[in-house]
Amino acid sequence: MPAINLTASLNDNFDFIMHVSKESGQPVEQCYQCGKCTAGCPIAFAMDFSPHRVLRMVQLGLKERVLQSQAIWLCACCSTCTSRCPRNVDLAQVMDCLRGLARREGIPLEDRARDIAMFYDCFLNTVKDNGKLYELGMMLNYNLKTRQFFKNADTGLAMFTRSKIKFLPAKNKNHRDVRQIFQRVKELEEKTK
Amino acid sequence: MKYAYFPGCCDHTSAREYDISTRAVCRELGIELVEIPDWNCCGSTPGHSTSHLLGVALAARNLALVAEMGLEECTASCAACYQRLAMANVEMQSNKKLCDKVNWVTGKPYHGGVRVKSILEIISGLQPEQISSRLVKPLDNLKTAVYYGCLMVRPKAVQVDDPENPLVMDHLLQAAGAETIDWCSKTECCGASLAISNEDVVLKLTGKILAEATRAGADCIVTACPLCHFNLDMRQKKINQVFGTGYRLPVFYFTQLIGLAIGISPDDLSFNTHFVDTRKVLELVG
Ligand code: SF4
Ligand code: SF4
Repeated sequence: MPAINLTASLNDNFDFIMHVSKESGQPVEQCYQCGKCTAGCPIAFAMDFSPHRVLRMVQLGLKERVLQSQAIWLCACCSTCTSRCPRNVDLAQVMDCLRGLARREGIPLEDRARDIAMFYDCFLNTVKDNGKLYELGMMLNYNLKTRQFFKNADTGLAMFTRSKIKFLPAKNKNHRDVRQIFQRVKELEEKTK
Repeated sequence: MKYAYFPGCCDHTSAREYDISTRAVCRELGIELVEIPDWNCCGSTPGHSTSHLLGVALAARNLALVAEMGLEECTASCAACYQRLAMANVEMQSNKKLCDKVNWVTGKPYHGGVRVKSILEIISGLQPEQISSRLVKPLDNLKTAVYYGCLMVRPKAVQVDDPENPLVMDHLLQAAGAETIDWCSKTECCGASLAISNEDVVLKLTGKILAEATRAGADCIVTACPLCHFNLDMRQKKINQVFGTGYRLPVFYFTQLIGLAIGISPDDLSFNTHFVDTRKVLELVG
């Protein structure tokens, strides 16, 4: 990371810091950078910024950088950091909040982060249409979007022979209820942007 | 005992062993499960990772349906579904502003009142004699590595047991006659839903879990989570290919082994749909 003018960053991004604290409900200022979260994080080895650094970036108001990080997407939501933090910071919630923000702000994603976000989209699209997850539809769509047409095809075949794949989605009777949930969430989030 | 049952979206597909064995064991032990009519996806990790509000709302609609059924307690077998329903329940009861928003979003008002329990809590809440007195095939020769993963033991607001050294599932298997080994990956993360998008990360994590279980001398791994099960069972072949290992550790849901011990036939517990051959375990149990 290049040198950063912290005074300016704090001044310019005070809103961001407050927003993350409020939306995640977490006292981010309480973190004293002990690194226990990072020590126990199963995914830290694959992250560009380890969990305690992500938290530090929030404290310092480094909004763009943290929202563009791979780390916030790679986080597997295991809550190990949360359960071990001596300062009672629920870092998993902070990660969740940062992902949501990155989404709403339309931050362009790359590499692993892009694939993860794409997978989440494909998953939720089938829920939006059917009210339930439709695994096969999700996989086909994901492969299409990431242009890896035969990825996981071996898995698919093995699943098929064990009757673990269904060709047609299970649909909710009231799938419109679920569609409405998606629509209204979007509506509310656009209002508060 | 009567519970509203949330089967979860993978009940007839990737996690069919779990749903089938849960229903069979509960029937046998006198636990009545009534499927929630028209339940929807709990949102899982993609839901709350995309939008906090969306995650809570998808789960909360199901809680509202349980309240409509007139039942006070609801259960899910899948650990991810359990965690999402339980978290939403906590948030709906403790955050009035969020609760109002969610109720507008779902159009199905819910104001708390339902208790969410994992199926593990319910079965392990029985008196040990209720299991030990019914043993037909005690799991005497079986060494099990009991694996809890993340979703049932974290975070604190919804944990069913200690996040570092949980024991409920161990005690349950001991009541069924099995030996439970001490090992150090009980609550390590398997990488869960990164599997599709970043398989290399998941292979590394699951490879470590299999290595630890093997080192500790386990005959099989026992879990209560479909994501863990899928990553450890289905991906075991790939792990062996990538790391040059030769693991052949069957991975069971705890309900399958309890069912076996109380005399339900392996076919009725879906032993034949695993990726890693389960016959070794059946021979051990006799
Ligand atoms: S464990 Fe808590 S206090 Fe320590 S660095 Fe992580 S978030 Fe900060
Ligand atoms: S919740 Fe995310 S950041 Fe925290 S330990 Fe798990 S993977 Fe790491």
